[in-house]
Amino acid sequence: MIRDITLGQYYQGESVIHKLDPRTKIIATICYIVALFVVDSFIGFGIATAALIIVIAMSRVPVSFILRGLKPIFLILLFTFVLNLFVYDGHVLFRIGFLKITDEGVYKATFMAARLILLIIGSSMLTLTTKPISLTDGIESLLSPFRRFGLPAHELAMMMTIALRFIPTLIDETDKIMKAQQARGADFESGNIFNRAKSLLPILIPLFISAFRIAQDMAMAMEARCYRGGEGRTRMHKMEYEKRDYIAAVIVVLFFAIIIFERIYI
Amino acid sequence: MPIEVRNITHIYSKGMPEESVALSDVSFHVDDGCFLGIIGHTGSGKSTLLQHLNGLLKPDDGQIIVDGVDITAPKTKMVDIRKKVGLVFQYPEYQLFEEDVKTDVAFGPKNLGLSEEEIDLRVRESIELVGLNYDEIKDVSPFDLSGGQKRRVAIAGVIAMRPKVLILDEPTAGLDPKAHRELLDTIVEIHETISSIVVLVSHDMNDVARLTDKVLVMENGRLAMESRPEEIFAEGDALEEMGLGLPDVTGLMYELKKCGIEVGEGIFSPEAAAEEIAKALR
Ligand SMILES: Nc1ncnc2c1ncn2[C@@H]1O[C@H](COP(=O)(O)OP(=O)(O)O)[C@@H](O)[C@H]1O
Ligand SMILES: [Mg+2]
Repeated sequence: MIRDITLGQYYQGESVIHKLDPRTKIIATICYIVALFVVDSFIGFGIATAALIIVIAMSRVPVSFILRGLKPIFLILLFTFVLNLFVYDGHVLFRIGFLKITDEGVYKATFMAARLILLIIGSSMLTLTTKPISLTDGIESLLSPFRRFGLPAHELAMMMTIALRFIPTLIDETDKIMKAQQARGADFESGNIFNRAKSLLPILIPLFISAFRIAQDMAMAMEARCYRGGEGRTRMHKMEYEKRDYIAAVIVVLFFAIIIFERIYI
Repeated sequence: MPIEVRNITHIYSKGMPEESVALSDVSFHVDDGCFLGIIGHTGSGKSTLLQHLNGLLKPDDGQIIVDGVDITAPKTKMVDIRKKVGLVFQYPEYQLFEEDVKTDVAFGPKNLGLSEEEIDLRVRESIELVGLNYDEIKDVSPFDLSGGQKRRVAIAGVIAMRPKVLILDEPTAGLDPKAHRELLDTIVEIHETISSIVVLVSHDMNDVARLTDKVLVMENGRLAMESRPEEIFAEGDALEEMGLGLPDVTGLMYELKKCGIEVGEGIFSPEAAAEEIAKALR
């Protein structure tokens, strides 16, 4: 059930994509996301999709694994699609009561859905191929120039590391609590939306309490090992750009150029 | 309400890279009136097995028949099973969530759709049964209680559903010796009054030897032994190999025998041990 969520999970691998420097991957992902908002035609989406397929193929992460991660957000996707379907004016295709579906609506809704799917798969490629620790190291390193403007780069990265580290723990915890309440006859699967929302309380309250307990234990354990923030900390894995990172950078720039060219001239 | 487990197999994360077989081909049966103990080292599949007995997990293969009903069949109503089989998880105090003790204990009976009077009756009865004073504790927030009390309240929450089968997963873990002893007394009392079958998972061999009528030994998802405690604890070497120990008294008898004193095997009550030693010394 709740354990099927693979969004944000890491998939162990040895591919080139896995080996890229996390900073390269983060910047590439940001470029990709920006590109998705630049694109406004089906050709553009075709290019973006092709690029994504190539990256997936190179990373050797099984497609089934990626799609499984999409499952929990399928509902949100459907909701966005349906909502977009009705809100745009244009040539009316057909009506249901006061609701109308227009050609513009269909067009925009398809666009939005394509954009969302690519956005989600694209950004999950980052987390699938990068260990959470490298990811936060990368973020810290990218943010460190802003330290002089008072941005607590290390603290932010540490918070992110901890959050990522505890996702599986909290999923386990949720699973346990859900089962314990089900053993007391709780029913999370049937009933209308209000009853279901209400039936979440027996899960959420113990979950929050657990989360606070875990956080407190964690803070104590860090204190006990003399953790005192980022100043002067050295790290075990030094990040260094290699040849493949420069090649990747060139490819990203090319991709971005093509997308902009397509937007302006085609 | 006999339980019949037939060849169940359970695989976690089937089809994923981290697939793991937690139970394989486990079969046993439990008769009415039985106090069943389950031992096995951490990760041997005990908790997974327990969750099958009240339908929280479905086996990938095999059947479980409770009171003549196949609970693994696709159309069984889960509420009916949960009414019959109560499961107390490890550290059950983490499931408490209501603002006061009586409402929390009432959560289970309420889910069964019972009447107000019936719920009140059961809440009072189960709180008293776990050794707490109903009038003193009913309006207290469960989060203000001590560890041992919280655990009692959590157990009361399951008892209030009056399950004919009560399953407890390491119920004494993390309790001080006094709370430990009292909780076991409570469990025995529940066995005598409400639940005709009690299934207890425990790492405390003294408790298992003293309380149970029958013991299952789990190892790597398989049922390694199934027998009366006398016979199980006569297999000291086999248990040792599985990372398990003996009850203190049995261990003592075992060592005495190694020193050449002629005492019988499979003894785990201090009384029986004293008798054996006296006999050998005479
Ligand atoms: N929810 C789960 N998802 C995946 N694997 C699990 C899960 N729960 C238990 N396991 C695995 O199944 C095996 C048996 O675990 P468990 O039944 O909890 O053993 P025990 O209660 O005897 O310690 C272990 O190897 C454990 O890692
Ligand atoms: Mg366990």
